[in-house]
Amino acid sequence: MSVEMLFALCACLLIGIGLYGLIVLPHPLRKLVAFNIMGSGVFVLFGALAKRGAAAGMLADPVPQALLITAIVVAFAATAVAVALLLRLIEATGSASLADAPASKD
Amino acid sequence: MMTTLVSGVVVLLLLALALWTVVARDAFLAVAGFIVYGLLLSLVWVRLYGIDVALTEAAIGGGLSGALLLGAVGKLRRTEALSWAERCGLGTRALAAALSVAVTLALVLGVLFLPDPAPTLAPQVMRHLPATGVGNPITGVLLAFRAVDTLLEAIVLVIALIGVWSLAPDRAWGGRPGPRYDADPDGMLAYLARLLPPIGIVIGIYLFWAGADHPGGKFQAATILAAMWLLVQMAGLGDAPRTDNRALRAGIALGPLVFVAVGVLGLPSAGVFLGYPEGWAKPMIVVIEIALLPTLTLVLALLMSGAPARSADSSVPRAKP
Amino acid sequence: MTMWLDAFSIVAIVAGAFFFLAGTVGLLRFPDAYTRLHALTKADNLGLALVVIGLLPQMDGLLAAAKLVLVWLLVLLSGAVVSQLIARAARRQDGNP
Repeated sequence: MSVEMLFALCACLLIGIGLYGLIVLPHPLRKLVAFNIMGSGVFVLFGALAKRGAAAGMLADPVPQALLITAIVVAFAATAVAVALLLRLIEATGSASLADAPASKD
Repeated sequence: MMTTLVSGVVVLLLLALALWTVVARDAFLAVAGFIVYGLLLSLVWVRLYGIDVALTEAAIGGGLSGALLLGAVGKLRRTEALSWAERCGLGTRALAAALSVAVTLALVLGVLFLPDPAPTLAPQVMRHLPATGVGNPITGVLLAFRAVDTLLEAIVLVIALIGVWSLAPDRAWGGRPGPRYDADPDGMLAYLARLLPPIGIVIGIYLFWAGADHPGGKFQAATILAAMWLLVQMAGLGDAPRTDNRALRAGIALGPLVFVAVGVLGLPSAGVFLGYPEGWAKPMIVVIEIALLPTLTLVLALLMSGAPARSADSSVPRAKP
Repeated sequence: MTMWLDAFSIVAIVAGAFFFLAGTVGLLRFPDAYTRLHALTKADNLGLALVVIGLLPQMDGLLAAAKLVLVWLLVLLSGAVVSQLIARAARRQDGNP
């Protein structure tokens, strides 16, 4: 089995693991970490597809790799906004609960 | 055979770390596992011959994201017990497991039946790369062939920063993000913050300039420069800037504005938005990159610092004992 | 000649990997934060030095070799400072001023 197929299959598993964690974990920060793992699985899958496109003397197709650089940076920006939202939620309600009716303080 | 063995070991480690991140009891352990996972992922990128992506993953995916999440975990300690009491029951877990298995199987089927030979744009890139004047095909794609994507990415980063700043409470509106770090001025952190930033700045600018012909580029360079600035802030040698500082806002807006200006200039001279006229590709690319570097540095560092938490005039220096 | 250089690289890198292994065993087996930090920094610095020495013959050009040595020096610097900071934090947590 070639290296890119191995990594592509690994990426599918990573997406599955991240999806499970995103649904099951209760704390929003843990959900965020699981979401990042799912995202990185998607990136590895895309990167394996880029490596399959090696041609014309280049070792990998550069267009998907350039898109991946953009994707990693935007994923970081999204994580930063999510963390800021989470910290503000905790500051405003005192708990990280995403339930509809928070433990009432009034 | 040996390289497949090494790749297999890396794959097993990655899967083990991902599982650890999901099942670990403590959020801090999960984030620590995530940082290691990010660094291991850059090895995967080297194996897939994406050196630029490996640099970006190590810097932003492993380094900045990990530091961001680690800082958040520190502030969220007391909310963990309550949220653990809210965890879902066995039925939801079974459904979630079934869903993730189904998604994984669907993707595996897609991977196993990929078209052969693989469609690729590498020949077109190689054919048109000399016209752009850069030697690194990734830089050529980012700034010449798919320049619109990079422009939109820069704008998305600025919008994300505006989103983070809009979460400031009323009393801290326009103020400084993060706490006032008060490290010992003779201590180790201050020593590192005096020694490392000059080296880091040189390495960052070298990485930026070398990105034209070798792996590198402005994203990786901006991460290193942002990290140096954050180090200086955390050692107490300098304070976080006021978010209503006009020079700061001008620096952040400069990158996308110059990018759009170059694009609009392309309309009369080359007939299309972000078109480069004959022979002018390299200078235009250099102009865009030089304008984007400060924007990216400021935005990445400020995204790490978070929403403003102190009012604007809270940086009055403390009286010396 | 290149065969001898390759053999030297292999020996040095394996020795470096052994030191990394020793540091990790120390991390897992030592009782408290200070002894673990000691094991980690000493073993990892020496391990990385051996790996860098092993890779030096494989580099093409003096500039690439100098960059590798610079990487080692930076890891040395950050490792020293970070272990100091962690030790200080651990001491504060233990209750000593």
